[in-house]
Parts: sequence; C-alpha cells; structure tokens
Amino acid sequence: MKEVAVIGIGMTKFGELWNKSISDIFVEAALKAIDNAGVDHLDSMYVGNMSGGLFNGQEHIGAVMADYLGMAPVPATRVESACASGGVSFRQAYFEIASGNSDIVLAGGVEKMTDGVDVTAALATAADQEYEVYNGITFPGLYAMIANAHMNRYKTTKRQLASVAVKNHKNGAKNPNAQFRSEITIEQVMNSTLVADPLGLLDCSPVTDGGAAVILCSMELAKKFTETPVKIIASAQASDTISLYERESFTSLKAVTEAATKAYKQANLKPEDIDVAEVHDCFTIAEIVVSEDLGFFEKGLGGTAVESGKTSIEEGIIPINTSGGLKSKGHPVGATGIAQIIELYEQLTGQAGKRQVKNARIGLAQNMGGSGASCVINILEAI
Amino acid sequence: MISPKYVREIPQRYRLEASKCKSCGKINFPPRLVCPNCRSREFETIKLSDEGKILTYTIIRVASDTYSFGTPYGVAIIELNEGAKLMAQITDTKLEDISIGKKVKIVFRKIKDDGKTGIHCYGYKAVVV
Repeated sequence: MKEVAVIGIGMTKFGELWNKSISDIFVEAALKAIDNAGVDHLDSMYVGNMSGGLFNGQEHIGAVMADYLGMAPVPATRVESACASGGVSFRQAYFEIASGNSDIVLAGGVEKMTDGVDVTAALATAADQEYEVYNGITFPGLYAMIANAHMNRYKTTKRQLASVAVKNHKNGAKNPNAQFRSEITIEQVMNSTLVADPLGLLDCSPVTDGGAAVILCSMELAKKFTETPVKIIASAQASDTISLYERESFTSLKAVTEAATKAYKQANLKPEDIDVAEVHDCFTIAEIVVSEDLGFFEKGLGGTAVESGKTSIEEGIIPINTSGGLKSKGHPVGATGIAQIIELYEQLTGQAGKRQVKNARIGLAQNMGGSGASCVINILEAI
Repeated sequence: MISPKYVREIPQRYRLEASKCKSCGKINFPPRLVCPNCRSREFETIKLSDEGKILTYTIIRVASDTYSFGTPYGVAIIELNEGAKLMAQITDTKLEDISIGKKVKIVFRKIKDDGKTGIHCYGYKAVVV
C-alpha cells in the first residue's frame, strides 16, 4: 500500500444556509479544498451524505456533485454510513490512493438539513425502523438511554454532561466556521428544555447545513503541492447491532472499541500518544462514552475527566473537540466526518489560531453512525 | 405505511414471536435468518414471556411528527424473563414511576394511525407493575 497524505482542506461555514442548495454548499467546500491544495485535476471523488433523498428529495449525490463541481466525467461515489458518512468517505478515498489506482482524490461530505422536512424522523432512519423507531424512539432518546445507563452504573452526573457542552461551545466560539460561536454556562445547559430525559436542548448537537472537503494524494506526490502534508497513519472501521436494545452493554460502544483497537495497532500507538482528538459528540453523553472507549480515560471516568478540564485546550492532557465539536460547530450529518479531518489538519499544521494545541503532532478523528452501529477512526500525523 | 410492511411484522408485534438458535440458544427478537452469535441458520420459533424489567429508559419530550400526539411518553429497553430484550413505550404508568430495575408487564396496544391509508398500527407496550 502507498502512503497517503492530506494536502488541502475546504469547508463552508456551518449553520442555517437557507439561500444555498445542497450542491451550492458542496461545491463551495470542494472548490476551497481544490484551491487550497493547488491541484489542477481530480482522479475521482467521494461524497459523504446521509440522506439527500429525505432531506432534499435528491439521490444520486455522487453524480450531482461531480456535475456541479465541473468535474464530470470523473468517477464520483456517494458514501453513506448515517452520521459516519464523512469519515467513511475519507476512508474510501484513502484506499483508492493507497491501492495505487489514483493519484489525487477528493473526499467530501455534505448535508442540507433545513429544507423543511421532519428532521427528527429523517435522522431516525439511522436506527431500526421496525423495532426501535416504530416504538416511538428518537435519536436524542437513544442517547438519553445511554446517558441514563451510564449515570446509573458510573454515577455520571448531569453537570458532567453539561461540562461537555460548555467546553465545546468555548472552543467553537474561537472557530470562524462554527454554527454557534457563543459561550454557554453549566446552568444554561442543565436548565435547558428537556428533549429526552436526561438530555436537554443544549446537550444536543444542532440541525445544520454544511459541506466539507479534503484533497488526498500519495505521500510521494504530496511534497509537490505543500510543505506541510499530513500523513494518514491509520484508518479503521467497525459495525455493531443496528438496535441499541440488542447490545450487551449500553455504556460502551463496541464499534468504537473495535475500530480503536485496530487503528491503534495500525499506527503502532497507544491512546496516550494522541495529542488532539475530534470525537462524535452528537450528544454530550456520546463524548463521555467515546472518550472512555478510545482509551483516553478509564471506563466510567469520562464524566469526571471533562468536568476537571482534562479535555480542554488550555489544560487538557488530551484536548477533545477543539473545533467546537458537533455541539457548537454544528452537525451537517454527512459533512461532519470530513470537518473533523479538517480540524486535525489545521491543528497538525499549526493553523488552528486561538484553538491551537501546542506541539500537536498526532490527531485522531472518531466518527460514528446511529447509536454506534458504525464507527470509523482515522489517525493523522504531522510530517 | 402500506400494508405489506405492517402485516409481515404481526407475529412479532401481536404475539412476541422470536427465534431461538438451535446451535447456541441465543434468542433473537425479531427473528433473523442467521444467528449473529454463532452464525447458525437453524432456529425454532418461541413466544417470549410478557414479563421483564427496565434496563434503561428515557422520557421523549420532542418526537417526530407521527408520534408527537403522545408526548411526553416513556420508552424503555426491557429484558424479558428468558433474557431476550426489546424496546417498548411505557404506557398506563406515571412518568415518575419509570426507572431502571422496575418490573414491567408487556401489553397489546395501538401504536399509531397511519396518516394516509388509515391503518391502525398495533404492537406491544409495557406497563410498570
């Protein structure tokens, strides 16, 4: 396998982009990435997108995006793994270059969620329709069940959940592309309107429009385009039961632990070697559970860790979601996994501005679908 | 929803029919064509018990449009006496009486109306006992 690097990044601002269509959003991000990398062509492209069909009445997303990007006839493939679509799109682009089949590939993601559909129902299609959703569950509800189980077993508190949102808003306030650039308080989160007990509105990531794209090429070619390529040193993926109720544990996500074990092995690293991590905080409890399942903290201590600042930019032993995470930066589902890679690229090349983690050399991105039925982990290293 | 999608799930929704793996004994609900535990393809059909306990739960305050008529309502993951698990709405129970470890009884209830075709959709819910 060839070694593969990220050589350019581009994203739209995340938010409610009412005047932009799904293709406007994708093309804006893709053009920024192409210009940033300085490439004159693409050999192929992948587009992470969860549900153009439900959100916009548009399928065939690969071809749509290649056309509007002016890149037809390049091969263009839509990649879907619910909320992990972006991270899996990145992994497919990585494989295509690692195999030697292509030299320059775009990995992107896009979601346009504010075109007026029932977003709760559309997102719920990432769960089992007949045995979970039929019985009235929603996505906040599934993660609320994980939260109640975690609180019951490990004495995790609502204040600890709130600490995740407060930290991520603090980081997002420093990110010009974030949807919410305002800091919030523990009290605001704890007193926010309940969506699914114990999760309040401010425990939940928002509904977002946004696009993100990165350009990948072989390591040997990378130096031609940039002084600061970032190398992909691991890419691992795993799956689990689609239904939460069929799992042995509701406090640990097996797809995350499986993918993490594989990723650390590929990179020959341990959790403590990671300098900065972007993790899938679709709900506050998700960041706590994942920070444990990635091995950053002992099982059950993720809540204490975030509350005591161990994941903050300023004093953290492992800064998590320096971008603001899904909570503050926004969660345009299919774009999220690519936006995580973009944050790592900025961190590892010293371009993260006020969010910069000092001496960050190795970054990990964890992106998952549904209640953890799919998970993809990519690890990047500064060269 | 059109009727085939609804009708084919009736054995599970009305009668709690599950498949027990003849090789490893794992109970799958709903039934599967291959056992995720041992990959055997041989099953016997069994009927699950209607008693169990709450493993975890939530109270849904914001639902999709289809279910918003019933908010707030509880939904729980329930372990039935023989060890099989399922997800069900909690009904005929005060919200404050829902908690982890509570014993429940499974009951037959209407779940929703299908808006366009007018089908009444039935299934199982759980009552805290």
